[in-house]
Amino acid sequence: MSTSSTILPSAGPVAGSRSFFGRLREGDEIVRLITFLFAASVVLITLLLVFELWQGSVLARHKFGFAFFRTSVWDPVFEQFGGLPFIFGTLVTSAVSLLIAVPLGIGAAIFLAELAPARVSDTLEFFIDLLAAVPSVIYGVLGVFIVVPLMRVYIQPALKNTLGFLPLFRGPAYGIGFLTAGVVLAIMVIPYIISVSREVLLSVPRDQREAALALGSTRWESTWKVVVPFARTGIMGSIFLALARALGETMAVTMVIGNTPAISASLFSPGYSIAAVIANEYAEASGELYTQSLVELGLVLFLLTFILNGLARILILTTSQRGSGMGNA
Amino acid sequence: MHASVRPAVSVNITPPVTTGAHRETTAPAEMRMSISKVNFWYGPKQTLFDISLGIATSKVTALIGPSGCGKSTLLRTLDRMHETIRNARLEGEILLDGKDILDQDVTLLRRRVGMVFQRPNPFPKSIFENVAYGLRINGSKVPMAEAVEKSLRHAALWDEVKDHLHKSAYELSGGQQQRLCIARALAVEPEVLLLDEPCSALDPISTAKIEELLVQLKDLCTIVTVTHNMQQAARISDFTAFLLTGQLIEFSPTPQLFTKPSDPRTEAYITGRFG
Amino acid sequence: MNPRLRWRKFVSNFMLTMTGCCALVAVSVLFFILGYLVYNGGISINWNFFTKLPAPVGETGGGMANAIVGSAKLLLVATLIGVPIGFLGAIYLAEFSGSKVAFVVRYAADLLNGAPSIVIGMFAFALVVHPFKQFSTLAGGFALGIMMIPITLRSTEQFLLAVPRTLREGAMALGASKWKTIQTVIVPAAYRGILTAILLAFARVAGETAPLIFTALGNQYWSHGWTEPTASLPVMIYNYALSPYDDWHRQAWAAGLVLLALILIINIVARAILSRGISVPRA
Repeated sequence: MSTSSTILPSAGPVAGSRSFFGRLREGDEIVRLITFLFAASVVLITLLLVFELWQGSVLARHKFGFAFFRTSVWDPVFEQFGGLPFIFGTLVTSAVSLLIAVPLGIGAAIFLAELAPARVSDTLEFFIDLLAAVPSVIYGVLGVFIVVPLMRVYIQPALKNTLGFLPLFRGPAYGIGFLTAGVVLAIMVIPYIISVSREVLLSVPRDQREAALALGSTRWESTWKVVVPFARTGIMGSIFLALARALGETMAVTMVIGNTPAISASLFSPGYSIAAVIANEYAEASGELYTQSLVELGLVLFLLTFILNGLARILILTTSQRGSGMGNA
Repeated sequence: MHASVRPAVSVNITPPVTTGAHRETTAPAEMRMSISKVNFWYGPKQTLFDISLGIATSKVTALIGPSGCGKSTLLRTLDRMHETIRNARLEGEILLDGKDILDQDVTLLRRRVGMVFQRPNPFPKSIFENVAYGLRINGSKVPMAEAVEKSLRHAALWDEVKDHLHKSAYELSGGQQQRLCIARALAVEPEVLLLDEPCSALDPISTAKIEELLVQLKDLCTIVTVTHNMQQAARISDFTAFLLTGQLIEFSPTPQLFTKPSDPRTEAYITGRFG
Repeated sequence: MNPRLRWRKFVSNFMLTMTGCCALVAVSVLFFILGYLVYNGGISINWNFFTKLPAPVGETGGGMANAIVGSAKLLLVATLIGVPIGFLGAIYLAEFSGSKVAFVVRYAADLLNGAPSIVIGMFAFALVVHPFKQFSTLAGGFALGIMMIPITLRSTEQFLLAVPRTLREGAMALGASKWKTIQTVIVPAAYRGILTAILLAFARVAGETAPLIFTALGNQYWSHGWTEPTASLPVMIYNYALSPYDDWHRQAWAAGLVLLALILIINIVARAILSRGISVPRA
């Protein structure tokens, strides 16, 4: 009769022999060891990753130093590499995306948390979570076939006609470029802002809103002047999260940004981002310095997202702690 | 005589200060608010049955009763806070200075009828800004600093915070935070102040301070307070209403209710036989 | 009602309506994406798509059979790497580890999770492609597997920790060893959550393109075994969408539809398992 599937240990005197309990403990020890090894491998892989990024860029770092962040020449032939255009492009596209996504996202989160009845809110949240699951290459495809033509035919000319006096909206408009990439990124990061902000807003204690209403506030006043400020650190956290995602986004950006290492005041100009240049050039990069410069860019990106994600987590945690226990009796 | 024989509804018990009825030994007081035949449902479940009573001007009225009797629900109808809950339904008439509050604009109503909650809930702002909030949203032209000081003095908090007005409200102790909430509510100069078990989250010393405060505030505005602490009601209120499972059992001047209650259920409650 | 109050009420109604519009816009985007994909992809899907290899440049009639199989192989490797490490690592964190070790492991996992996918691709290149001078399915699967680890690890750990103490104590009081308790009580109790975690991690990496660009690269033909470069759906979509050929554009839509359908279905199933408690048979 097999006892392998039962919880009870196999037959033996209660005051078991030392070897019996020893075996038991040993079984546990083996399992502990094995699972420890797997857990440790996670740390190992991460350390290896950081190491590879650091070591893999050593030549470039030593050769260019901090000038890497100031120069814009990117010349594989003469082995001159400056990261400025890519850092610029990454920052500009991320900034544009946040400018669009933050107001829309927070607005939607306010609606879902404060106004919508619970079932509507949950249903919409379900769809928004699905939006977050859409892979970036699909956003890229939509960008190429829908957003770019829209930009080229309608939006960019309209912007030029109305706001063309600003340097932001000058120059030839082909539909690709910083603005388009920013728009596509905005669509990608909105779900993050909405779902985190909604949760944070929902965790604000009821009696904050009630106190505001009891003083004669309108619904908007109670939401905007009391509930949202109460949740502001968490909302900041959601923005940092969205920013981290936007910074690291590769496919959608490279499909619509134009892949030209240009620095320009105009949002219509084609440009490049760190992730895009790595995607396009890393596999074929010949020469150590070339490769290592790309790795250095990757290191920069990694550090940026690392800091942002860390900050985001702290901010979000702070808000949820605030909601549960405030004031000392 | 058993309670089951007696009719349970307030209709048979004339409150001492109802419009038109003069059964009172003290001079008939004016009534700031009057509640007539109020019924309340939460979804399909009815939680208040035919409540009628009057709130005397510049007096403290206490609502007492065991948990779940509806006293907080009743209190919250007075400034229409029940409307923040989706399935709440109210029937009946509630008058403020003779006009039905259900006909008025709710935002205006809530300036005239203020509320302090069970647990202190200051906004995540400075002490000053908490008190100034109501004034700011109403676009008050009053010089802010003076108004804030006045309210804090009325709430007996000024001396403790006058040098720290710009510190976060969360740095205050629980009792201080509750007094801040009272100051915040007073800043918009309400005619009625509703307090929902204001001391239940506080220590005895803070409780005593607030009880003292409420008695003093009578001159400023009419006070209605819900409390589960009978001794507190006996100490500070002028009139007491006893509710049980959504019905108003008895409503009398406080000394009378506590020494010679007319309903045996009231007597059972105040002598601690249940609740 | 004084004018100021009227204004405040107007502002209130206006702003609240605006927030509703924001929510509408956000959700419409999803339906728009779905609609466009279903339309454009739907008309392009045909039997060829699933069975033929890519046709030479400029010719029509090709398909993405090799990419479909390639993606499947990549995901298999990824699962074989990501799931055991994540699962067993989570068991260590939840059942055996002290708080300091747990903190370090969790922190490392979060770091890994936040790393941009292109950086993971570079890492896999340096580790698996460069030494062997060979783009391969293994390299691509390795990159994807690394991305699966943190998701699987953190979620599994949370679900394991959520198993009530009383269940564990009941087993141990009967004399079960820690391992037996884990095996027969804790993991079965957390089964639904763990499965959901694995499914969601799977769905996440199924759509990843960037790490594959320089690990698995691409392949016009069938990829044999595990050490050759292979085509994959996401990379094909990327290449075809940027090409100048209408036929390839159509195929890109079709592939996009297939990929998105797969990912969304997995997501919905995973959430359904977790929330409505559809019972899952023990393997």
